[in-house]
This record gives sequence, C-alpha cells and structure tokens, in this order.
Amino acid sequence: MSEALLRVRGLTKHFAVRQGATGAKASVRAVDGLDFDVHAGETLGLVGESGCGKTTTGRMLVRLLEPTAGSIEFQGRDITTLGRRAMRPLRQDLQIIFQDPYSSLNPRHTVGKIVAMPLEVNGIKPAGGVKQRVQELLELVGLNPEHYNRFPHEFSGGQRQRIGIARALALRPKLIVADEPVSALDVSIQAQVVNLLRDLQRELDLAFVFIAHDLAIVRHFSRRVAVMYLGKVVEIGDRADIYERPRHPYTRALLSAVPDVAAFGEQRQRIRLTGDVPTPLNPPSGCRFRTRCWKAQDVCATEEPPLVAREGSAQQVACHFPEAVGVVNEHVSEVAA
Amino acid sequence: MTHDAASPPYLQVDDLRVRFSTADGEVRAVDGVSFGLQRGRTLGIVGESGSGKSVTSLAVMGLHDPARTRITGAIKLGGRDLVGLSDGEMRKLRGRDVAMIFQDPLSALHPFYTVGRQLVEGYRTHHAGASKAQARQRALDMLDRVGIPQPDRRFSQYPHEFSGGMRQRVMIAMSLMNDPALLIADEPTTALDVTVQAQILDLLADLQREFHSAIILITHDLGVVSQVADEVLVMYGGRAVEHGTVAQVMRGPQHPYTWGLLASIPSLHGDPEVDLKPIKGNPPSLINVPSGCAFHPRCAYAMKPEPCAAQVPQLLAVQADGHRVACHLPEPQRISTYTDEIAHVGVAQ
Amino acid sequence: MSLSQIGTDAAGVDATAVPVAPQPGMVGRSPGRLAWARLRANRTAMVSGWIMLFFIVLGLAAPLIELLYGISPFEQFQDKIANNSLPLGYFGGVSGEHWFGLEPQLGRDIFIRLVYGLRTSLFIATSAALLTTALGIVLGIVSGYLGGWIDGVISWVIDFALALPFLIFALAIMPTVTARFYGPRDEIPVPFRIGVMIFLFALFGWTGTARLVRGQVISLREREFVEAARASGAGLFHILFRQLLPNLWAPILVSFSLAVPGYITGEAALSFLGIGVVDPTPDFGVMINKSLSYAQTDPAYLIFPGVVIFLLVLAFNLFGDGLRDALDPKSSR
Ligand SMILES: Nc1ncnc2c1ncn2[C@@H]1O[C@H](COP(=O)(O)OP(=O)(O)O)[C@@H](O)[C@H]1O
Ligand SMILES: Nc1ncnc2c1ncn2[C@@H]1O[C@H](COP(=O)(O)OP(=O)(O)O)[C@@H](O)[C@H]1O
Ligand code: SF4
Ligand code: SF4
Ligand SMILES: [Mg+2]
Ligand SMILES: [Mg+2]
Repeated sequence: MSEALLRVRGLTKHFAVRQGATGAKASVRAVDGLDFDVHAGETLGLVGESGCGKTTTGRMLVRLLEPTAGSIEFQGRDITTLGRRAMRPLRQDLQIIFQDPYSSLNPRHTVGKIVAMPLEVNGIKPAGGVKQRVQELLELVGLNPEHYNRFPHEFSGGQRQRIGIARALALRPKLIVADEPVSALDVSIQAQVVNLLRDLQRELDLAFVFIAHDLAIVRHFSRRVAVMYLGKVVEIGDRADIYERPRHPYTRALLSAVPDVAAFGEQRQRIRLTGDVPTPLNPPSGCRFRTRCWKAQDVCATEEPPLVAREGSAQQVACHFPEAVGVVNEHVSEVAA
Repeated sequence: MTHDAASPPYLQVDDLRVRFSTADGEVRAVDGVSFGLQRGRTLGIVGESGSGKSVTSLAVMGLHDPARTRITGAIKLGGRDLVGLSDGEMRKLRGRDVAMIFQDPLSALHPFYTVGRQLVEGYRTHHAGASKAQARQRALDMLDRVGIPQPDRRFSQYPHEFSGGMRQRVMIAMSLMNDPALLIADEPTTALDVTVQAQILDLLADLQREFHSAIILITHDLGVVSQVADEVLVMYGGRAVEHGTVAQVMRGPQHPYTWGLLASIPSLHGDPEVDLKPIKGNPPSLINVPSGCAFHPRCAYAMKPEPCAAQVPQLLAVQADGHRVACHLPEPQRISTYTDEIAHVGVAQ
Repeated sequence: MSLSQIGTDAAGVDATAVPVAPQPGMVGRSPGRLAWARLRANRTAMVSGWIMLFFIVLGLAAPLIELLYGISPFEQFQDKIANNSLPLGYFGGVSGEHWFGLEPQLGRDIFIRLVYGLRTSLFIATSAALLTTALGIVLGIVSGYLGGWIDGVISWVIDFALALPFLIFALAIMPTVTARFYGPRDEIPVPFRIGVMIFLFALFGWTGTARLVRGQVISLREREFVEAARASGAGLFHILFRQLLPNLWAPILVSFSLAVPGYITGEAALSFLGIGVVDPTPDFGVMINKSLSYAQTDPAYLIFPGVVIFLLVLAFNLFGDGLRDALDPKSSR
C-alpha cells in the first residue's frame, strides 16, 4: 500500500478538570491511544456515541488541540509539535468543517469575507483576485456567487454548511476533517450536503476524516470505518467488514440499535445494551466496554484487549472474544437474502 | 392489532388550524390537520423541522399562549372538545388525561428541586386525597418501572445528576404518574445516542402495552417511526400530506414528499456507492407558504401552474383502507411511480 | 490544480445543488442595518434620541447661542435683584429677556448658564466614557481571550476596583492630587480640575465595560468561527480584532451610551460636593448646590437646572435601552 497521507499513532488527549464542590483535580481521558492511517483521496469514517472522543480527535488532527501524547504525521512529516508558524504551510493542506452551521460562521462578516478568510490569513493573492476566487468557490459548493455580499443570517442551515465547506476548500486542502457536517441538518438537506461532499471528493481528490454518530451516513460516505468507544478505537476495517461482518460486540450492538427504514417489518433479533456509557473521568479497567458487554469474562476486567488484526483479515478488533472472521451480521443477512 | 374500528377514536382532531401573529406577519403553523387515534395505538408524526409538528402537539396540550395564537377546529379528547377550554380546565386535564415528553428533559425539569419532589407534586396535583407516603410510593414504583436503578437513592437526586438517557426516563416516569390516556412524545430520542434511543423506544412500547395509552410520537426520523408507530402522519408546510398505517406509508407511499423523505435517508442496506436522492430546495417559511400544494416548488412531478401551484390538494382516501394522501397526481400514476422512487431504499415488501 | 480548473469543475458538480436563493424578505441586510431598522421602529428610543441630539447641539453651539441671546454666562444683572437678594418679578425673574430667570444674589442669567453647563457636563461625561470604554475593551478582550494568569490578575483588579467606594475615594483623592501640584493659596485652573475628574471616572469606570467585554469574548472564543480562523493559521491579532471585535460593537455601543448619563450625574454629584468644577464655571452640580438654599424662597432656581439634568439623563438612558433592544432583540423583555 502506498505511503499514508496521515499517520496517527498513540494519539491521546486527557483534559485536566476540577471536580465537585471541592474542586479536586481529575483528568478526562477523552482520547486514549488511537492508531490509524488515512490515504490520499480516501475517507475514513469515525463513528461512536457522543462523548467517545470524535470531536477531540478531529481537533487534534488539525492542531486545534494539543495532544497529550502520541504522534500525527502528515505526508511523512511529524506535525505533532510544530509551532504556529511552522504549521502554517501545512494548514493549507489540512482543513476542518464544523458541525454547527450557526456558530461556525462569523455573524458580522459577509459570505465573501468568510470564504476569503483563509486566503487573507495566509496572505494568498489568487491570480484573478480574491473576489473571483471566492465566487468560484461559492459556485463549486452550489451557492449563487452573487450572494458574495450577504450575511450568514440570510441563509438556511444547509446553505450555511455549504459556506463552511467553501471556506475549507479555499486553500485547496488535501485532507478535510468533517466533524458531524450534516448532523444539524434536516434529512432532505443532509442528502444534498452529503452528495456535495462526495462530488467534491471525486473532483478534487480529497481525503476525509468523516466524523458522525449516524452509522448509515458514515457507511454511505466512507470506504473505511473506525468505531470508537470511550476514547478508544474498538474496531477498524473496510466498510463491508464493519457493516456486514462486525467482530466487536459493541459494533454489533450499535448496528442493531439503528432504526433503519429498510428493516421495516422484519422480526429481527435485536441486541439491547443496558445502561449508559461510563464517564471518561473514570473508565472501566481492562476492556472499557465490559460494563455493558454481554460476552464479558473475568479477563476483560483485568486485561485491556489490544487492537489487532487476526487470522489473516485486515479488520482490526480490540476484544478478547471477537466474533469469528466472516460471521455475517444476522440482521443484515436477512435483508440481503 | 388491538385496533378496534368500531369504537370512536380517543383523540379526534378535526381541521385544526393554529396561527401566530408575529412582527414579520402571520405564521400559519398548522393549516387544517385532521386525524384520529385510538387508545393503545401509536401515531408517528414525521416531517422536516418547521413543518408544524410541535405546534400541533402543543395545541393538543393546550400550551399555546392565547394572546398570540389563534386556534380553530376541534380537538376532541374522549369526546370533549379542548379548543376554547379555559386555562383552569385545561390544567386539570394536563398530566391526568394527556401528558407530554419533550426532546430536552432538562428544560422540562426544575433544576432546584429533587426528581422525587417533582414526581410527588405532579401526582398530588391530580390526586388531592393522596397522602405524601402514597405519592412517594407511586413515584418510586414509576422510577423502577422506567428502568432507573436504585429508585430510592435516585428519588432524592437533582436532575443534573442524571445522564441524558436517565433524565428522559425520569420524564417518562413523570408523564406516567397519573396514568394518562394520551401521551405525546416530541422528539423524545433526538438528543440521545442510538443505543439509548433503542432502550427508550422499547420502554415506550412496553409501557404502552401495559397502560393501553394512545401515543403520539413526533420525530423527523422515519426509521424511528417505522419501528414503533402503528400509524403515520406526514406533515409538510403545516399540512398533513399523507396519513395511513405504517405499512401503507412505508411500503406504498403515495405522496412525492414522502418519497423524497424515504429516498434521501441513507440506509444500512443497499449499495452505498449510489448517490442519495435529496429533495431539492429548502422547506418553506410558514409565513409565506407557497400557493396551491405547499410542496410544489420542490416537487419533481408538479403540474404547474394548474393544478399544483393553484389549488391546495385535499387529503383524500386512496384505495387502501384508511390511507389518505393530498396530491393532485392521479392515483395510478402515483402507484406506478413510487416503486422506482424508493427502490434503492430497499424497504422489505 | 489550477484556478481555472476549479471554475470549470463547478459545472459538473452536484446537480442537486441548484443555486438556491436566500429566504425572501430579508435580502442583503447586514446585522447593523437590521438593528437600525429596529431602532427606527422604537418610538421611545427615537424621541429620546432626538432630545439627546437637541441637548448635544445646544451644548456644542453654546457660544453661538450666547451671541444670539445677547447675554454672557458671567454677566450680572444686579439691577434686577431685590434687596432680599432674590430676583425681581415672578418665578425667579422669568422674562422675555431672561427666559429662565436670574440667579439670586449675583443676578446671572440662568438660561445661558444652563447652556454652558450642558457643555461642561457633556464634555466631561463623553470624554470619561470614551476613555473608560477604550480601556475596558482592551483589558476585557485580552483578559477574556488569553485567560490564564493574565485573566486572573485583570479580574482581580476589576473586583478590587468595584469594591472601592467611589465617592469616598474621590473625596480623598481630589484634595491630595491638587495639593501635589498647587499650593494652598493658588487658583486651581478649571482644565486641571476637569482633567482630574475624567481621570477619576476612568480609573473606576473601565471595570464595567471590561467585565462585559470579557464575558462576551469568553462566550465567543469557543465559537467555531474562531476555531476556523485558527485552523487556517490566523494569529492573535486577526482573531482578536478581525473575528472577535466586530461581534463586540453592539455591547460596547450600549455600554458607552449608558455610561454617558452615568457620568453626567457623577460629574454633577462631584461638583455639588465641591470637589469638581467650581463657580464661576457654569455647571449643573454647582447650580443645584447653590439653589438648595433658595429652595423655599426662589424655587425656580432649583427647578430649571433640575428639570434640564433630569431630561438629559432620562433621554440618554432611554436611548441606551432602545439601542440595546435594537442590537440584541433577544435580550429585550
Ligand atoms: N475542553 C474539555 N474539557 C474537559 N473535558 C472535555 C473537553 N472537551 C471534551 N471533553 C470531554 O471529552 C470527552 C470526548 O468529547 P468529544 O470529543 O467532544 O466527544 P464526541 O465528539 O465523540 O461526542 C467527553 O466526555 C467530553 O465531555
Ligand atoms: N410561538 C410561536 N410564535 C411564532 N411562530 C411559531 C411559534 N411556535 C412555532 N412557530 C413557527 O411555527 C412553525 C412550525 O413550528 P414547529 O411546530 O415547532 O415545527 P416542527 O415541525 O419542527 O416541530 C415554525 O415555522 C415555527 O417558527
Ligand atoms: S474484551 Fe470482553 S468485555 Fe470487551 S468487548 Fe470483548 S468480550 Fe466484551
Ligand atoms: S400536488 Fe402536485 S406539487 Fe404537490 S406533491 Fe402532488 S404533484 Fe407534487
Ligand atoms: Mg462531537
Ligand atoms: Mg419540533
């Protein structure tokens, strides 16, 4: 396989917080040792329930947050500790799209100014002028270039999200971290934006780290998928493996909980997890999923399962008792049949 | 099916219209919606945000500010019309005959009172004769019933000490304290994770079997509706555009907007490389609803100007029993079209 | 990929992404223009705005009015003062010549002294408000955005300054500072007195704006548009002054417009207590102080300055409130 565009090893973020009335110091283990690669032009989907560390990961990748430990290599270069100035040329290759179409655009700036911001900050003067460039970008994301002088409040949520995408494209990045880019949108608008991102990816050969809690959206957008639970990747693999032959109990439970229209009327066997996700302030020992796992054994409480590929499959699982390779998710098989 | 066609529906809404006057103009938030619901059945109301789902449910609860709102039509609950009831009479019904669960339980719970105290108060408002001990026992039973571990410890905790899923369970316990015949759940799981959503939906279904209440479940997620509802009402621009049993609407949708909703959601099945089919454009503003069929600017089948841009289509029965749709397209054409429209979604037929 | 390529790609991209027009009804309107429209629609704010403007013009044009009116603020009309030192005629000597009558004893024209008093008052209040706002913005932004120990120090200073009783402090400082520069027998020049007053106001007044700005910055700095700028490599200057500052104008304007009437009353109070402006410089505080001894015998002397200062402060306050409602419609009742 070719050299990875992005190589993440042991990526960790612990937040120091003060707790309770006494203000005792504690640490939130938001992200705890992630390993993954993203190749040029490819999408890695990052799924998991809220609080599992997806946003924190995304922010570390674009260096909005300083990792506590671990390394991030971009095009073979370690960028984990680069200062702001040294980071600048790389920022052009690494951009981010945010979840909230409202707070991600400066309400006092015109659309033109918002999209031109990355050019301004980096002192880039495009050949045809900034305005022409911005208008090309607006057109590229399906907005009317004449709306250059309008303010964000004049646009709907979906249109705002397009403005955010245009801004992220302004520097022609190689990799975009998209943090729940469609979660705040209505379903019909979600589809518009997902299709736009897919078209852009094809046209511009972009790589994405696509973060979402919606498994169906991730499946639709990502060739490779990493499933996170409490700051850890529990399973990572190709789309088909993760969705049709999941090996980690959590992945199976997650898939089974999705209310899917296509599964309407089926008497499917559901896996129902009990309880909530434990707090990352004090994650369970050993396997972090063990408090909700129906397969948990004694060893799960004492030994942390490493994320490894087994029996000749590229799919990596962090579980002491994974499903055997190739066992098809029953619920999927019924529909496929 | 526990559906008993002979008995009149417990809730009957007829030609409900809700209008707000605002600085920007009159908002026609609900514009002529009718439906009925039996006890023991669940009606799912779906539609994009701003389609009038919450306003409909708040009208049933009598929670609109009468000074700014004009409500016409009829809302009959157990035969009694709620439109025009005084605030005092409505308060007697709320909590006892009809209760509501909101998307954000934190905003519906008082932050400074313990959960137990709020449950007890909710009970004693409608059971004046009940002693404190009785009310407390009822609260503990309900907390236990909705799956909250250690109810006697949780009883004296404050809302902020509960996780999102647990808070929603508290809300459900509170809404069930007085055995309401109608339960309205407005996006009860939208803020929750899928695994917790699944728990809550299961819980609602169990409780419905046990209490035999009617449930209105409001959501923008067709997947949720397909799993828990018996009947579906699809709303667009403040109007009902399609109404039928969940099987009728999921397997044989007849309105282009319903097709659009179904076709635009990604599924866990089917070919992920095939592009989604979004509905073009944006939902309308309810101050400036498009003329005729409100969906016509976004509809791929619109016949313009006549009749789609000129006449509001009525919600009329189609051949299948109880299935109603508001669209000018001739029925044979609708039936021949929808199979293609939603084929890629792969709803099992 | 070249620029032109991006342009041509666009044609092929996303058939569903038909350029969609923003919602009708609010075309091409900046947040500032929307606020202006809301302000225009607010009757109270508009009326008080006009009254405010009227007073400002009056103060600015004082010398011109003196010319037209034909009486200087220092001219004494002893011939119109009776033996009991009260002005002759009705209601403090109101007449076609002396619109608001005369001062008892010295016999100076009250109207023209009020016009000049307006000038003194507005000059001091506006200068103090400008200075405190500028100080407050800089310290508030720095404190709010940088956080950490800098924020700790600034917040501590703010709390400290807020805990000091302003009047007692002013009563103590005024004589001390004057004694530092002038001997006990020297005539203390008016500009010096005014300067010390503005300095005093600034010393105590910046805390309010700083707190407000700090709070706003703290809520803004976590917004994703700030993150977006950081993710593009923006430096501190760009973030503070290009991204954050445009979002702070609204609260700053409001706090400025509400600070001015505060300083108008503050200035009058200091002068009333004899530690601000002194006679013969025309001033509201001084006038009211003097008029108190004639409250029974010559009520007009108290009423005219009293009403003017009341109207002035009320107009500024009402306008400030209207401005707040217009700039931040959510905060209004
Ligand atoms: N600045 C912070 N300080 C303390 N804890 C934080 C901070 N940011 C995130 N966290 C915590 O880290 C965990 C992961 O958060 P996040 O990355 O936002 O999750 P996700 O995006 O998957 O929902 C959560 O428990 C969250 O509360
Ligand atoms: N109290 C109100 N005053 C004015 N307009 C309102 C009010 N409540 C709701 N609306 C408007 O009514 C429309 C329908 O709202 P709602 O029923 O909340 O939609 P949803 O289907 O998302 O629940 C929206 O356009 C909303 O802005
Ligand atoms: S390691 Fe044990 S507890 Fe963890 S997922 Fe596997 S079986 Fe469950
Ligand atoms: S009535 Fe016309 S515009 Fe409306 S949904 Fe039917 S075909 Fe489309
Ligand atoms: Mg997140
Ligand atoms: Mg709603």
